[in-house]
Amino acid sequence: MSLIHEVFAKAKNENRAALIGYLPAGFPTAAGAVECITAMVEGGVDIVEIGLPYSDPVMDGPTIQAAVDIALAGGTKISTVLDTVRQVSALGVPTLVMSYWNPIERFGVEKFAADFKSVGGAGVITADLTPEEAGSWITATDSQDVDRVFLVALSSTDARIAKVADITSGFVYAGAVMGVTGARSSVSDQVRGLVERTKAHTDLPVAVGLGVSTPEQAHEIAQYADGVIVGSAFVNAINAGGADAARELAKSLASGLARV
Amino acid sequence: MTALNDANLADLLFPDAGGHFGQFGGRFVPEALMAALDELDAAFRASKTDPVFIAQLADLQKNYTGRPSPITVATRFSQHAGGATILLKREDLNHTGSHKINNVLGQALLTQRMGKKRVIAETGAGQHGVATATAAALLGLECVVYMGEEDTKRQALNVARMRLLGAEVVPVTIGSRTLKDAINEAMRDWVANVDTTHYLLGTVAGPAPFPEMVRDFHRIIGDESRVEMLERFGQLPDAVVACVGGGSNAIGIFTAFLGDENVRLFGFEAGGDGVETGRHAATISGGAVGVLHGTRSYVLQDEDGQTVESHSISAGLDYPGVGPEHAFLSDIGRAEYRPVTDTEAMNALKLLCETEGIIPAIETAHALHGAIQVGRELGEGALILVNCSGRGDKDVETAARWFAMNGENA
Repeated sequence: MSLIHEVFAKAKNENRAALIGYLPAGFPTAAGAVECITAMVEGGVDIVEIGLPYSDPVMDGPTIQAAVDIALAGGTKISTVLDTVRQVSALGVPTLVMSYWNPIERFGVEKFAADFKSVGGAGVITADLTPEEAGSWITATDSQDVDRVFLVALSSTDARIAKVADITSGFVYAGAVMGVTGARSSVSDQVRGLVERTKAHTDLPVAVGLGVSTPEQAHEIAQYADGVIVGSAFVNAINAGGADAARELAKSLASGLARV
Repeated sequence: MTALNDANLADLLFPDAGGHFGQFGGRFVPEALMAALDELDAAFRASKTDPVFIAQLADLQKNYTGRPSPITVATRFSQHAGGATILLKREDLNHTGSHKINNVLGQALLTQRMGKKRVIAETGAGQHGVATATAAALLGLECVVYMGEEDTKRQALNVARMRLLGAEVVPVTIGSRTLKDAINEAMRDWVANVDTTHYLLGTVAGPAPFPEMVRDFHRIIGDESRVEMLERFGQLPDAVVACVGGGSNAIGIFTAFLGDENVRLFGFEAGGDGVETGRHAATISGGAVGVLHGTRSYVLQDEDGQTVESHSISAGLDYPGVGPEHAFLSDIGRAEYRPVTDTEAMNALKLLCETEGIIPAIETAHALHGAIQVGRELGEGALILVNCSGRGDKDVETAARWFAMNGENA
């Protein structure tokens, strides 16, 4: 069983959803990101998702764009990201990277999978890689035993959900809103339907992200999904109060994950 | 003179089911957009054989755009081209002042057929934004145009035109504040509003089916030209020349000639300060294979796959990517791509003004410099067809500043 599955299984035994926290590598600095992620894990984050900063992040809203700009301006390279993965996975949490496709392709698809595995990485979420274009990535991640996470969206047909679920490992990432990342005040009612439609096609855990920011939202999602993914809200917290604020947000989110 | 075998020609005209031209093209987008791309693809394929759609589009092309556009023999300009004769396909005379209206009318009609009421667009020079605002006004669609803040300054006339036409112009203040960032913002809008909105992409880039669809709406440029060449000049041109940013006007004029192996095809990219300086937008000449804005093509990028900012005096060519079909045409040797510097383009612009009484867009001026270069290479008697893709009213201020700063013979 992969480390990711162990964590989902443990959460299930505890009758709660897993908490997945996102932060871009290099934000606010390379060391600062590790410090903040450590605090997030102390606060209750079960699985860490490290963003690989990219110049053209079309799936990210203003909060994460600004954080990524800071990371890139600070000189964050792919080597920085891999070093961040090494330090975070040493904490004992499953560590994923979320990336757009071009940096991976440019780095070398097989080399990226191998280097990522060698620093202890558990899985990679690819934001803009469609199943149709994923052939070389499937081969590389299979040979390195790295989980590959793809997204399903509210607009996905059942046929597409099946196609995505078929090549996904680790967990399926269900996009909660029709849109880009960013903290939003309400989580769509359709999300539950998306999670249920996805579960009809796979036994993999399904985690919900995009626009989840409050303990109330996390609580609502925890009733039907296996994981809750929070990104922009952590960036906002760190902008306001650094690592301590990130720890407090994680605690507050973690308190809402129990199934009732 | 590159022979194009039948297999390559078929690949070009009909990309595979995934939208690939050889290794290029495809779809690299968030899953949220896949349903909309499938819907668009279906509407596009259905429209190609629908007599109602074909008649609607033909009527607009003739009675609204003013097609067919004429071919002008540039006699005095040709005196600088080594004995060759340069012919101008006058897309600048289209309604709204450039070739962009061809694609926009097609996609706006598709928007209606899909039952969507809102269009969004990116624009660099503002020509595509003006064309989109125009079509939206004509068909009663809500229109939002994303434009890099830098470009709103250097193309202020077109910003005013779009607003007069009832469009909302959103200046984009992130990144390099040019076309690349306008596309990022338009894609974010589309991801968030895909149920109600069509992204009316303005060039032959982006995820499938955009490169093929935008090409097909522009191929009328080459189709008309080829007929007129044979009827009026009794022969095909020796070379066809166009400027290339994303590459829509170039593909538009190239397509009809792809199978004519004696017709050489030349695309001229924006060389900015010179490719060797790193300050340019010559993606095929100076880029590497990568993925940007949903498609695999040549991309200006660093060793980590981060997009490198492009530079050009021409807002419409100032883009670090290029359409995937151009990347394929370059790889198989069917078309040749070369850089033209800002200085070379501006000198060609002035030359056309003074010899022919035509003020071209700065984008088009890159092709005009290229035509002179190709003319000197092909020599006496060669016939060179240039896509005169846009008029230069929008560039008058930029040109005035350039010549004030750089002198008459910069």
